[in-house]
Amino acid sequence: MSAVAVSTRTVYAWEVRKLAAQKRTYIGLGCALLVPLIFIASLLADDGGPEGIPFGDYVRESGLAIPLVGLFFGAFWFFPLVTALVAGDIVATEDGNGTLKTILTRSVDRWQIFLAKVLAALTYAFGALALFVLVGLGLGGVFWGFDPLVSLSGTEISMERSLLLLGGATLAYALPTFAVASIAVLLSTVTRNSAAAVVSTLMLSLIMQLLGIVSALEAIQPYLLPRQFNAWQGLLRDPIDWAPILRAAWVSALYAVPALLWAFIHFLRRDVAGG
Amino acid sequence: MTAAIEARGLVKRYGEITAVDHVDLTVRSGDVYGYLGPNGAGKTTSLRMLLGLIRPDEGSARLFGHDPLVEGARALDGVAGFVEAPRFYPYMSARKNLEFVAALDGGDAAERIDEALDTVDLTKRQHDKVRGYSHGMKQRLGIAGALLRDPKLLLLDEPTTGLDPAGMRDMRALVHRLAEDGLTVLLSSHLMSEVEDLCDRVAIVTRGRVVYEGALDELIATTAGRYDLRTTNDAEAAMIARRAHGIAGVTVSNAGIAFEGDEVAVAHLTLELAQAGIGLRALVPRTATLEELFFRMTEGTPEQNGSQPLVPA
Repeated sequence: MSAVAVSTRTVYAWEVRKLAAQKRTYIGLGCALLVPLIFIASLLADDGGPEGIPFGDYVRESGLAIPLVGLFFGAFWFFPLVTALVAGDIVATEDGNGTLKTILTRSVDRWQIFLAKVLAALTYAFGALALFVLVGLGLGGVFWGFDPLVSLSGTEISMERSLLLLGGATLAYALPTFAVASIAVLLSTVTRNSAAAVVSTLMLSLIMQLLGIVSALEAIQPYLLPRQFNAWQGLLRDPIDWAPILRAAWVSALYAVPALLWAFIHFLRRDVAGG
Repeated sequence: MTAAIEARGLVKRYGEITAVDHVDLTVRSGDVYGYLGPNGAGKTTSLRMLLGLIRPDEGSARLFGHDPLVEGARALDGVAGFVEAPRFYPYMSARKNLEFVAALDGGDAAERIDEALDTVDLTKRQHDKVRGYSHGMKQRLGIAGALLRDPKLLLLDEPTTGLDPAGMRDMRALVHRLAEDGLTVLLSSHLMSEVEDLCDRVAIVTRGRVVYEGALDELIATTAGRYDLRTTNDAEAAMIARRAHGIAGVTVSNAGIAFEGDEVAVAHLTLELAQAGIGLRALVPRTATLEELFFRMTEGTPEQNGSQPLVPA
């Protein structure tokens, strides 16, 4: 067998196919599908609705408000959990199955395997986010139409611009999602235990939320990860407030880059002794 | 010619325990090489270091002149195998698993899937999920996965462990076939009969150290020169043997007489016995089995095994 170069794209494609063959993936995606359905069903069931939250007052006036309210609630634990479910498992499961030695004795380098796994975990996380927003938008539109939104500054936003801003909000939401996925990948790589990595990621997220409501810690609160999940609201102001978006970008990077770097070095140098 | 495997001074420590202690190995192209040792002797750890799965604390390993820790996946070109049990994704079929590893091998590996499945007799079960496979089927699938790489060197770690007698027979036949096709095979095992059956060269390892490395024939030949003798009059024959030139270590038991001597001395002894009117019932040259040698080497004290091997490594 002569030296053969295998592209990282091939490894990534197979990582995605492996995710597609696992039940865990569908649990996360199923939840991303189910939560908007439950929310809409509850709105249809009685007259009440979410109060005191961004766009909570408009959920029965425009379907465009549904995914925005969903994004707000999803930040508490739902998206960290959905993201960690796969990102926390993606390396550790290979340790658990003993398959790491199978893939590390083929014609691909460790850095390719790691990169492909990170990309696959992000593909899943962003896919779940997109599914969550699209289901909320679609069903919201069916039941309440696509009337113009009222921005957080009180001005009316046309349907076309609202859709554009919803897309932007989803992208802004992807920034902290990326950071959560990176932390989960780190824990997955270091602990070599899927359950420990998933639970630890969720716990970390919840602890940061608790820190976010302690008034004595006001100085650090803008740099906590859960806060970045609400950065999208800056897009729904008139004029757009870019400051929270920019902060979400660098704060998320501050969590994600060291986590990924640590995981990468650990993965490259570690002994594969189990299985 | 570059050796298929060349390991020099490999050391791996886990805390206080030295799992592999300055192991040197040379496997030449075309060898069917047995890496023989009791459980826990450091065989699997050595194999993992050869494949670049774990880093040695000291020493280096080269496969066809390439170091996996330095050159990464490129060093494994032409190398395949598995350590401990081969592992696959339980939620995918055997075929899908092979398609996956073939994708990681690149080149024309995928085109060899049918042939590999046929070689290990798994064609009929190729679409079953690996979750439902028996241990033996997984072992065979491991071989199929290795064959996709069209290897020149095959590293197999205890390939018959856990198999039933028929599975062991089939696995050995498969290794025989692969060796006949010209593959270099490194077979790690604690089964003497397996190594004796399959291998032409061996390393015997105990407590992380190699106590013998060389040709199997030569190892067994080191114990040549012992004979068992039965005659029409063992008592008198033993007295004659004790007096005979070049004959030593004469012992008598109910089973007959045992002694040591070279072929010329033995020939003279038979003539002396004939002149004394003693008839030969049986004269059998006796060599130690690999099993006897193995236990002699691996069940001594650590000092014996380490600094004073019974047969020089």
